Amino acid sequence: MRHGVARFVTGFLALPVALYLFYVVWPFAQAAGYSLTDWGGYSDSQRFVGLDNYVRLLSDELIRKAFWHNVFFLITVPLFTIALALFLAFLLNVGGREDRAGIRGVFGSAVYKVIFFFPQVLSLVVIAVMWQQIYRTDRQGLINGLLIKIGLGDPENPIAFTADPEPFLGVPAVLWWLLLIAVWSGAGFYMVLFSAAMQSIPKDIYEAALLDGAGRFHTFFRITLPLLRDTISVAWVYLGFIALDMYALVFVMTPSQGGPNHASEIFASVLNFTAFQKGQFGYACAMGVALAIFTILLAAAQLRITRRERIEF
Amino acid sequence: MSTATHGGLIRPDESPATRPDPAPRTTSRAAAIGGRIFNGFSHTFLVVWAVMVIYPLLWVVMSALKSDSEVIRDPLSLIPDTLHWDNFARAWGEGHLGAFFLNTILVMIGSVFLTMLLGSMAAYALARYEFRGNRLIYYMFLSGLTLPIYLAAVPLFKGVYNTGVVFPLLGPNKHVMLMLVYVAWSLSFTIFFMHSFFRTLPDSIAEAAMVDGASHSRLFFSVMLPMAKPGLISIGIFNVLGQWNQWYLPTLLMQSVAGEPKNQVISQGLIELSVNQGYKSDWSGLFAGVTMAMLPVLIVYIVFQRQVQSGLTAGVGK
Repeated sequence: MRHGVARFVTGFLALPVALYLFYVVWPFAQAAGYSLTDWGGYSDSQRFVGLDNYVRLLSDELIRKAFWHNVFFLITVPLFTIALALFLAFLLNVGGREDRAGIRGVFGSAVYKVIFFFPQVLSLVVIAVMWQQIYRTDRQGLINGLLIKIGLGDPENPIAFTADPEPFLGVPAVLWWLLLIAVWSGAGFYMVLFSAAMQSIPKDIYEAALLDGAGRFHTFFRITLPLLRDTISVAWVYLGFIALDMYALVFVMTPSQGGPNHASEIFASVLNFTAFQKGQFGYACAMGVALAIFTILLAAAQLRITRRERIEF
Repeated sequence: MSTATHGGLIRPDESPATRPDPAPRTTSRAAAIGGRIFNGFSHTFLVVWAVMVIYPLLWVVMSALKSDSEVIRDPLSLIPDTLHWDNFARAWGEGHLGAFFLNTILVMIGSVFLTMLLGSMAAYALARYEFRGNRLIYYMFLSGLTLPIYLAAVPLFKGVYNTGVVFPLLGPNKHVMLMLVYVAWSLSFTIFFMHSFFRTLPDSIAEAAMVDGASHSRLFFSVMLPMAKPGLISIGIFNVLGQWNQWYLPTLLMQSVAGEPKNQVISQGLIELSVNQGYKSDWSGLFAGVTMAMLPVLIVYIVFQRQVQSGLTAGVGK
């Protein structure tokens, strides 16, 4: 019997483990190794340079810029997406009429949910190419066209969107325009997530609050929101990963993939540029390792900060 | 009336009569007016957001049916003068989207099936059998969830290139290679998800099957796997959408050098189209391409919206 188990387990695990080792683990391990060399990628010559690449990383202007842009997305993408998603979920679930039975959800909320979820099933590339057309800098673009039509936009001087490196609140405008797309595409998904969490809160808690004379705002902020804490913190962690993944938008939408004039450079775009345009694979690998360490620290920190006693119901 | 339309506060099956009366409500009239205003506000805002989601999508679909001159002359209108279906033909043929569609489907038939099969096999072995190294293997799979794909880009590219020298089918710009890469990169989440699912299945049924003389693998395929069907559907939807939307791995691994057959997938096709059509000012063709990439997924979603919503949110909730 014991023998049978060993054979069975090996049989079931061999193929997945082999594939995973070859296409995922091995590249990661190699990247860590290459990061200590000056390998150019196309030649076979590589010299061990120790931590030189990492030292160079610390004084690299472009990397520093990209790092702060990553931090910007890391803070703003979760913040705005969650705020908007919570707001929509709030309207959906307590925006209805109040009658003797209590406060109801708004009429037609199932339809709203289906619609708000649309962007989630579209690929980032579709979204990027679509928004490229919406963001066009002439009157053919959806936004500029509309603004010009109603007289708010200036045909001579339309909004430049992703070609605009001018800082707004200290951050290049192009990043804010990319942020808008991220929030647009993410809000619906998290709204559905929060709505589901809201509906799993048992109704006797609300009945008790109702008896005490609490209105809908009180109920939401004092009861619903605290009880959603777990879901919100999970959403925060996930959105953090998405924020690190803004590369698709940068890749498709910005001039020279990180421009104009490096105004929308993020870690991933610098990494790709360094590896495949400049041909400095060793240095690019060092960037990747730094990014991985950063991600893991961040995930650990987020889990630690948001961890709290779970409320069972 | 479904539960969903009623939010979390009161379930529809509960008639007011059966509930304790929250009777002495002093401010009832003012509250009712306030409630009505708030209700109006809710609807207004929700409609605004719904328009913000639908309008761009509709605009893309409608622009795909216009002629190029109309796109330039009257870019905002949602009703084309005449329906130009030839835009679709152009994007499908000249834009190579037709071929890219087939490539994507070809790759995904293999990769989604293998991901589900290998993923649930591994998850099952890890979740229900004790052996040395179990934790190690599980955490190895789990670690793939946090590591950024960009880190692996350079060596992965190199590794695939080198493999291609020995096994041409596994080299760059090959369907089989992309299939296996998709499977490998989808395993982490699939195993993570199915692991927790297999853990919750009752032991008694497994024991009963063993007493009846089923082998371990028979137990898995004819008893445990069918019981895990809800989980399989969720993770299946997740993988289909995830792999359909892949763009970074294909961009990295599926570049066709001059003379090689075009084996690219749909995301690459769109990126290419957005670059090329921009040069040729074939805007309607570009819109047609985006529409073709968008509509199938949207239609599948609308048909299976309940499953898709719960499938994708369950992925986060775990």
